Amino acid sequence: MFSLFLEQLLNGLQSGVMLFLMASGLTLVFGVMGLINLAHGSLYMIGAFACAAVAAWTGSFWLGLVASLMAASIAGALVEMLIIRRLYNRDHLDQVLATFALILIFSEGTRWIFGSFPLFLSVPDFLTGTVILPGGSQYPLFRLAIIVAGLAVAVGLFLLIGKTRLGIRIRAGEADRGMIAALGVDIDRLYTIVFALGAALAGLAGAFVGTTQSVQVGMGEPVLILAFVVIVIGGIGSIKGALVGSLLVGFTDTMGRFLLPHAFATFLDPSSATAIGSALASMLIYIVMALVLFLRPSGLFGATS
Amino acid sequence: MSDAILSLSDVTKQFGSLLASDSVTLDLRAGEIHALIGPNGAGKSTLIKQIAGEIKSDRGDIHFNGQNINALDAVARSRMGLARTFQVSSLMPEFSVLQNVMLARQSVSGKVFRFFKPVLGDKSLVDPAMAQLERVGLADRAQMRAADISHGERRQLEMAVALALEPKAFLLDEPMAGMGPEGSKRLTGFLDGLRGQAPILLVEHDMDAVFALADRISVLVYGRIIATGTVDEIRGNDDVKRAYLGEEA
Amino acid sequence: MTMNREFLINSILAIALITVPLIALGMDEPFIITLATKVAIFAMAGVGLNLVLGYGGLVSFGHAAFFGIGGYAAGILASHALNYEPIMESPFLIEGTTQMIVIWIVALVVSALVALVIGAITLRTSGVYFIMITLAFAQMIYYFAISWPAYGGEDGLSIYVRNGFPGINTLDPISFFALCAVMLAIAMVFSAVLIRSRFGLALQGARQNAQRMTAVGIAPFRIRLVAFVISAMITALAGALYADLNRFVSPTMLSWHMSGEIMVFVILGGVGRLFGPLAGAALYIILEHLLGGVWEFWQLPLGVLLLLVVLFARGGLVGVLAGERKHV
Repeated sequence: MFSLFLEQLLNGLQSGVMLFLMASGLTLVFGVMGLINLAHGSLYMIGAFACAAVAAWTGSFWLGLVASLMAASIAGALVEMLIIRRLYNRDHLDQVLATFALILIFSEGTRWIFGSFPLFLSVPDFLTGTVILPGGSQYPLFRLAIIVAGLAVAVGLFLLIGKTRLGIRIRAGEADRGMIAALGVDIDRLYTIVFALGAALAGLAGAFVGTTQSVQVGMGEPVLILAFVVIVIGGIGSIKGALVGSLLVGFTDTMGRFLLPHAFATFLDPSSATAIGSALASMLIYIVMALVLFLRPSGLFGATS
Repeated sequence: MSDAILSLSDVTKQFGSLLASDSVTLDLRAGEIHALIGPNGAGKSTLIKQIAGEIKSDRGDIHFNGQNINALDAVARSRMGLARTFQVSSLMPEFSVLQNVMLARQSVSGKVFRFFKPVLGDKSLVDPAMAQLERVGLADRAQMRAADISHGERRQLEMAVALALEPKAFLLDEPMAGMGPEGSKRLTGFLDGLRGQAPILLVEHDMDAVFALADRISVLVYGRIIATGTVDEIRGNDDVKRAYLGEEA
Repeated sequence: MTMNREFLINSILAIALITVPLIALGMDEPFIITLATKVAIFAMAGVGLNLVLGYGGLVSFGHAAFFGIGGYAAGILASHALNYEPIMESPFLIEGTTQMIVIWIVALVVSALVALVIGAITLRTSGVYFIMITLAFAQMIYYFAISWPAYGGEDGLSIYVRNGFPGINTLDPISFFALCAVMLAIAMVFSAVLIRSRFGLALQGARQNAQRMTAVGIAPFRIRLVAFVISAMITALAGALYADLNRFVSPTMLSWHMSGEIMVFVILGGVGRLFGPLAGAALYIILEHLLGGVWEFWQLPLGVLLLLVVLFARGGLVGVLAGERKHV
């Protein structure tokens, strides 16, 4: 039981870290450009497909990973320059619709190119083994690697935002958009870079998750909605909030699915315990979200208006 | 004190390290125009927001009509009879001028949740709303979109909306702002006649209007009231001279 | 002048909705009647959303929740009735039903209650938060429907025989179409009356300037909450009809794609226009039918079209044809 618990805890961490890669880009784009981007999930999908296709073609997962980063960031930059740029001064309704339209285009386009059958990504050989967890159960090495890689990217992102010149500009853009233009920063370029950065993070998450699940059209949408829940909890625009929110959602979701059926089994028969437990577990993160909103309407780390 | 409609005691609001209003004690008596003046950034608009209930005070009490209204929100305060105008006109841009006033009448009538009767045929709203538009001289603009009328007319419409609320006290935040000399003069005359209907707390930069209208003046500097008195008292007050003119006084 | 042009367009839309199925009946093309029924139902879902989106300025991205609740009301009640299994026996007996009127009442009540809870939480927020949270709550109900095995879970629930309405053979396509068209008409008249009422004035006021609303002593929250509930009820009613049209209900009706589609009907047609949802739903179904007949990946050009509408043709179909929206 203990080792099972530990395993679920690690799964929760993995899901939280992957969510952070999605949510950080989403919240960055909102914080800097004031844009709500539904098509963020499509960039995640693009990353996964690029990785799967290139890995299958070259036989190298690492080339696939590079491809996922490139494909997602290039797609992000192109979309930003062609379409998204026209939406910054529009209301949220227009942004929602235009990015919804982008989802239709990306999803159908991907289905057109790759067909409706899922692709599978195999893990590089030296990461295929398992690790023995304290308590005796085995845990896939690759999942651990994803956690470590995800955490490394998260640290890198914090350093990028906190220490570099680009980071200073991004933070300035969050604080006051008019100001950075007045200071002579090329704002169009900054926006494209921020958008491409968010896209690259999403694409990377897609490639990572693609190794543990199948790569298919529509895979980005459930993650996108979870990422929304994350940034609503964390506070829109806050990277720190995205981190805390991601971990909270990752753990709550994973542990809820694991523990609730067990909890109900203590006083219900097994089949209804599983049914009620898993139905309730699927609602748990939304209940957490509602609670957070009730206590702090602008999220844990959001600016109170 | 006994005839104070609105009274503030020790009202304080701090934003970070900035004391926007600092232990403000002030009252507004029946039948008077009480002007609140002070240099830019003195905290006049903040104080109006605190009285209107849009900003929660950190400390102090606000009494209105003999009742402590600290716990009431802006909606409740408006419904009790505190009507405010905004420094920058705040209207419904897509509504007609008439509809802007009708909305206020609707609130006064207390019947907002009526789902079926067409509002534009409702004489109990249209007639009193038109009456207020006539009072401020906007009757001929009644059918125009609020977004399409001139700046001065929007200021008049703000007044009409406040009047339509039939308030027990007016909070007017720079009603003359952006008006030409002609408009200011007309509005001054209008406000002069209004004090009989309900007392006015008047924030205004136009000193000619203030000196012409005010029964009493309070001077707010860095969130503190440094003097309260009649026009002559304020004119002769050294602290006020110093605050406005600096070293020269 | 634009008013007259809008009236003309509205008349054409209404006449087309009625005559196309009649012609199809004459030509013995039941499929077209079904398409027209779909248009009427989707338009009705859009009429519900338009109330909060168009007039209240509240971008609800979760209206599929209410559409699906209506659908499940029809599916669950009918399945209990058809299987002769009471919904509950104690403390008192509740049985299923195949009567549309009873189903509609249940759909209205349940959707109103759910909307009251969701609205009370989401309307405390605004802007992007509101969009994301309405989406999230709809998703919560979607996942609940998927993981709750009693009513088909992911596979959905079939309604073997279309539910009944007194005096009408609902299995006859044209009769069922007529029923849906009448319901749409009632919803549109209701919504037209509503936006011209005191409540409608307050709702549109709250969209334009919440600060001013507060200053005149009307709390925007309560106005919006009531509008949200009414809007949900109209959409739920459309959902109940949709389940009966397909004789099937599944979590797809609750999915966020559905929310997006309902929103697309409203936008394609024209936000805040009485006939906008009808124009939008009709355009959507025609495109789906025409493009879908030619190309399997028809949602790609649909996406491009939608993008073009958002970027260049604000105001939707009715807006492009009839000019800018006049004040109320």
